[in-house]
Amino acid sequence: MEQKKYWQNFGELHNSKAYQESLGNEFEEELNAQDADDKGILDAKSPRRDFLKYLGFSTAAATLAASCEMPVKKSIPFLNKPENYIPGVADYYATTFVNGGDAIPVIAKVRDGRPIKIEGNELSTMTRGGTGAIAQASVLDLYDTARLRFPMGNGKEVTTFEAFDKMVSDALAGTGGLPVVLLTSTITSPSTKQIIAEFIAKFPGSRHVQYDALSASGILQANETSFGKRAIPSYDFGKAKVIVSLGADFLGTWLNSVEYANGYGDGRKINQANPEMSKHIHFESILSLTGANADDRYVHRPSEEGAVALALFAKLGGSVSAPALEGDRLKKGIDMAAAALSAAGGQALVVSGSTNPDVQVIVNAINDKIGAYGNTISWNSTLNTRQGKDSDMVQLVDDMNGGRVGAVLVCGVNPVYDYFDGKKFAEAFKKVKLTVSFNDREDETSELAKFILPDNHYLESWGDAEPKSGFLSFMQPTILPLFKTRQFQTSLLKWSGNNTDYEDYLKNYWVTRLGGQSAWDKALQDGVVETAGAAVSAAFNAAAVTDAAGKLASVKKGGKAELVLYPKVSMGSGRSANNPWLQEMPDPITKATWDNYAIISFAMAKELNIKVDDNYEVEVKKPVIKLTVAGKEPITIPILVVPGVHSNVIGLAVGYGRSEKTGRAAANVGKNAYPLVSLAGNNFSYSVADVAYEKLPDLYEVAYTQTHNQYEGRVEVVREYSLKEFKAKPKVLAEVREKLVEDYGGQSKDYRENGTLYPNYPYPGVKWGMSIDLNSCFGCGACTIACTAENNVPVVGKHEIARAHEMHWLRIDRYYATYRDDSGNDNLDDLNVVFMPMLCQHCDNAPCENVCPVNATNHSSEGLNQMTYNRCIGTRYCANNCPYKVRRFNWADYMGADSFPDNQNGKLSDATLMMNDDLSRMVLNPDVTVRSRGVIEKCSFCVQRLQEGKLKAKRENRAIETGRDNKWDVKTACQQACPTNAIVFGNVNDKNSVVSKIRNEEQTNRLYYSLEQLHVLPSVSYLAKIRNTDRQVGVVAGEHHAPATEVTGGHEEPAKH
Amino acid sequence: MIYHRSIVRSFLPGLLLLISFSFANSVLAQDGKALFQQKCASCHAPEKVLIGPALKGADANWEDRAQLHNWVRNSAAVIKSGYPRAVAVFNQFNKIQMTAFPELSDAQIDAIFTYVNNFGAATTPGPGGPAEDPNLKKASDSDNTLLYGILTIILAVIALILLQVNSNLRKLSEEKDGQTIPEPVPFYRNKAYIATAAIILFMIAGWLIFKGAEGLGREKNYQPKQPIFYSHTVHAGVNQISCLYCHGNTMEGKQANIPSVNICMNCHMGITEYTKGPKLYNAEGKEIDGTAEIKKLHEYAGYDPATKKYNGKGKPIEWVRIHNLPDHVYFNHSQHVNAGKVQCQTCHGEIQKMGEVKQFADLSMGWCVNCHRETKVQFADNKFYSIYEKFHEDLKNKKIDSVTVEMIGGTECQKCHY
Repeated sequence: MEQKKYWQNFGELHNSKAYQESLGNEFEEELNAQDADDKGILDAKSPRRDFLKYLGFSTAAATLAASCEMPVKKSIPFLNKPENYIPGVADYYATTFVNGGDAIPVIAKVRDGRPIKIEGNELSTMTRGGTGAIAQASVLDLYDTARLRFPMGNGKEVTTFEAFDKMVSDALAGTGGLPVVLLTSTITSPSTKQIIAEFIAKFPGSRHVQYDALSASGILQANETSFGKRAIPSYDFGKAKVIVSLGADFLGTWLNSVEYANGYGDGRKINQANPEMSKHIHFESILSLTGANADDRYVHRPSEEGAVALALFAKLGGSVSAPALEGDRLKKGIDMAAAALSAAGGQALVVSGSTNPDVQVIVNAINDKIGAYGNTISWNSTLNTRQGKDSDMVQLVDDMNGGRVGAVLVCGVNPVYDYFDGKKFAEAFKKVKLTVSFNDREDETSELAKFILPDNHYLESWGDAEPKSGFLSFMQPTILPLFKTRQFQTSLLKWSGNNTDYEDYLKNYWVTRLGGQSAWDKALQDGVVETAGAAVSAAFNAAAVTDAAGKLASVKKGGKAELVLYPKVSMGSGRSANNPWLQEMPDPITKATWDNYAIISFAMAKELNIKVDDNYEVEVKKPVIKLTVAGKEPITIPILVVPGVHSNVIGLAVGYGRSEKTGRAAANVGKNAYPLVSLAGNNFSYSVADVAYEKLPDLYEVAYTQTHNQYEGRVEVVREYSLKEFKAKPKVLAEVREKLVEDYGGQSKDYRENGTLYPNYPYPGVKWGMSIDLNSCFGCGACTIACTAENNVPVVGKHEIARAHEMHWLRIDRYYATYRDDSGNDNLDDLNVVFMPMLCQHCDNAPCENVCPVNATNHSSEGLNQMTYNRCIGTRYCANNCPYKVRRFNWADYMGADSFPDNQNGKLSDATLMMNDDLSRMVLNPDVTVRSRGVIEKCSFCVQRLQEGKLKAKRENRAIETGRDNKWDVKTACQQACPTNAIVFGNVNDKNSVVSKIRNEEQTNRLYYSLEQLHVLPSVSYLAKIRNTDRQVGVVAGEHHAPATEVTGGHEEPAKH
Repeated sequence: MIYHRSIVRSFLPGLLLLISFSFANSVLAQDGKALFQQKCASCHAPEKVLIGPALKGADANWEDRAQLHNWVRNSAAVIKSGYPRAVAVFNQFNKIQMTAFPELSDAQIDAIFTYVNNFGAATTPGPGGPAEDPNLKKASDSDNTLLYGILTIILAVIALILLQVNSNLRKLSEEKDGQTIPEPVPFYRNKAYIATAAIILFMIAGWLIFKGAEGLGREKNYQPKQPIFYSHTVHAGVNQISCLYCHGNTMEGKQANIPSVNICMNCHMGITEYTKGPKLYNAEGKEIDGTAEIKKLHEYAGYDPATKKYNGKGKPIEWVRIHNLPDHVYFNHSQHVNAGKVQCQTCHGEIQKMGEVKQFADLSMGWCVNCHRETKVQFADNKFYSIYEKFHEDLKNKKIDSVTVEMIGGTECQKCHY
């Protein structure tokens, strides 16, 4: 029978020699031994005399420093203190994160006038307080050093807005009656839409073009055909018992992914008494975040997406004939998906990420067939975050080229970079008489514009957004504009002859609509207003199905290799490319940072003669291939081998390869893949049916964290079962624990007490603990960025990551789980992925504490494993002794904490130095120490929040609350950022806290502690991953480690190390 | 100026209101004091006329106590009703409208008057109020170091003489025995003496260097010259103004804010000269003209006392910061003063007797930790500690008599360093 094996890299899969060696090296580099050569100490590079010089100098310097007087510091209070302001106490303002068309209701934490952290707005029923990585990182964009600091006209600074307004108004008057085009990203703001309408009315013949770099134009077109509505309905992933996704990455990057992840998480949470969960079947070409979380996953060529949809429709009884599909596995998958969909009785949902309207028409037909409309898909509220019509953009470029446009005002889009024919756009753009850009920096498009008037950052702005009809979200400024920037809406109002500020305009707009000043005040305070609209139903019009099926059936088969262009979870369309936090966030699947790359399958690697089995992952230099698409510039790009990619498919991420002026973090990172997008009919197509590839002799360094922090084969770190197995043997994990008690618990049967020589710590008051549900963790990485923002985690740059110096306190371990057949072959295309957030486990019997020679890491009476930076002398014994590999060492002065500039010079990347700028440093959390060179750091359970929460409770004269009746004094940053509430934190001494409830009542069967047999007694517990699949999972097989727990193999001795 | 609204702030007043209601039923004299300091002290003193009248015995002038209650809650209404006493007071104080306190109950107003009427009798120290602190006594205990030093030196000299006598006697006895005696070595060339002296000097020098190094960055007794000679003696000592009136954020924030100029001007709009109080001397003993210092304040505020108008050209005062903690130390005033009920004087010394402020404690970690070891937490009074079941049990069984900060983890690293 087949067995499942968990592995993080190819070395581990094959247990290669190089992998074994790399395990031995906790720190991958050798010490700098250049001084210890044979030539004798005086001839070495730093001879004895130099040493003495340094010694003498440092002594003298210390003496000097000691005799210097203390600096005199000033304390300057206000002249008139604002009434509500208390220095050192954070204020929270509700606002809305707007990124292109996307809008997420958020709360901005403002400390002493500076926004420093973004949280989700829990009042929104759309996101329920969830955020994504890009939203979490958006606060850093406010302090981006590459932001344009003043308006510019013809390449020169314009000193006043009045002068700028005059220049533009004159130019607008002189366009000779030619139309003005307003080119923006999708706009969901009702008031802005009205302003635009007023502006257009002022300039007859003008028009508004909405353009989305990641377009949903195909879906909109299909819905227009099927339902007569150019809109996207609401999908209820929580209600769906069966979810079939045809390449839609709805947990990562597809449409309103925060909402979808939230709903999907509901369906994946397991009630122990009645273990049921949704079933998710995924068809795709490359390994996406959503595919990685699927219960069953099948791969196909991108050119087969229509065929797959047709086959599924035909199986469900649709009167279409499907073209033949490659591979038996895929066919079986379609049979299985069809069976599951028909059995779900309407509680099912099919989504497709295709931009081909024909595919979407078939998907609509399938959803109609299975009765999804009215059940899991609703037209009551439609999604507004993608309204761009791709053909409008093509038309605009033609018009600009033909001199039929008098002026183009660009806001929030960058088509020179992300339009598929950016060059043509640039040429046409240059021909237009008046070009104005409202973008916040001199990006590729603004560079060519005659006038630039930078828009405010969203945290400096007033505004509103309606991501879904009826779901309003408001924006209020959290800081005065840092630079001489002005809101785009104010400019439009001015230029259309209305002298109202947008602030007043917005207020008037909503005061009348919401019914009064107090309603408006409340709306701003809450951030969201949700109005339940009337129930809307739309009849499915099947007329177009036959036509669409016919077109899809005649799609030609792709070439030897096909290309898929995809957005990364961290980078999206590339709008936030100059955000070092996002650049440094490891991709959930590849774990690579700071680059885009071609992802190819194991089979293709073999064909290219790339050895994947030995030194592949230990070596950071990766082979480079040249991708050639007919009619386009070839791209040379490094490759990463990723299992689960179709063997004829190459995946390439968009959003990279930005210009110099975009910023120091974005410049020269990766290659721009947008030119490979093509226009298919009226819509952009993000796949290429035929791409030629050729391996080049060059090598390229890709910094990825995949092989760092290994567990040396201790695979009991992660545990997974199928729903069937779990139902049959719910006590399997409890039995493991019983076995431990039996073996090590002694006569009193107390594993905690008797499993160690060390004394037990008492926890008289609070004892902190965390529970992480692997079933609702999808690896999106929002927690990683939230942790970075909350705890001043430094950015180290690409080269440092490549030498395993990354600093993230919270990483998400990605385990590939492939199936091994009876003959011992691993099928690398057929896999699942388990994501496991790994952070300091705050062990009650911590191995790090015992080895510190200076007691810099020690235990608190609340169960925290405390790290004291000022005591740390950097021996790194603790990191060596940590079984979870969560301790991070400051190899350089990444954050500018030292007073010695030598700790930075020539050692740090541009991006790290950018984070040292006074402007960027404004994002630092003042409650968390900035660490200097030479000390270890790690997750602190957000101790600054714990202290604050306890103090709040003390001041209010009551016990601390961690979840009883949904009252929270304390939430860690990762917990708060999680869109699915997979992370729960609280006081485990309190029987009513959520974490206690989970551990002791609600989830006793799935509960496990990572590496429990080591008796380190972690404070973080995990809930085992459950897959809703018929296949056998949960078997840990492998030749180099003992199985820890098995469903089939009975109880073996727990692994001892 | 952009108008921000905060979520937290919006329910905070409500919460405060709720708390004040929940205690409304049991109003005691000490609540009167707290209320007085919270609500009244900005304009009234018990025995002095500030912006408003002195309150001690003021209630006796009101025949109808209900009217007095109404006056406090909304004076404008009482004036409008034509109640003679109200009109008289209003006219007497330049027709300055008293701030309305609609949240105060009759019982609370009575408690305030009970407090002010008994003012000057035995006042019990409350949080934030000037008070004697038992810890201060310790510091002033006579220092015996000098005595011990002198004793040590005397003993050392005696030992030296005895050794010399001993060696001379031995020399004599050996001479008597007719043994050959080597040339005597003078004591300053005696290697044993030189070695001993060197070791002692080395130890003293080492101790001094260690102490000096340890004291780097510590500034005990730092008393810089400030832009305005502000005397805590006059304000907190003589006039008994609550510390919290000016340093109000102490109860809520980590910083005990230095008051903004508008807080000073609340009183100094009316108080324009310093005549009645004790003479003021600065650290060098030079006499200070209080009126001139108030004038300086008016300049900062951009206020003309003659016309009673602001010219709008005010600027903030650049005070010299005295208490500096290193960046990696987290200190929160509200934790200590609000939750811990620690007196200001415990850390800041007898601030009510200071002219210009002087740093009282060295703010070293040893000093912090010592206090955390000795100080008892508000264990029974604060419900936060209800979760410490074992300690409650031990207290009941008389195993322990109190719970110190250290026992609940107050000396652990991450209580202050994170």
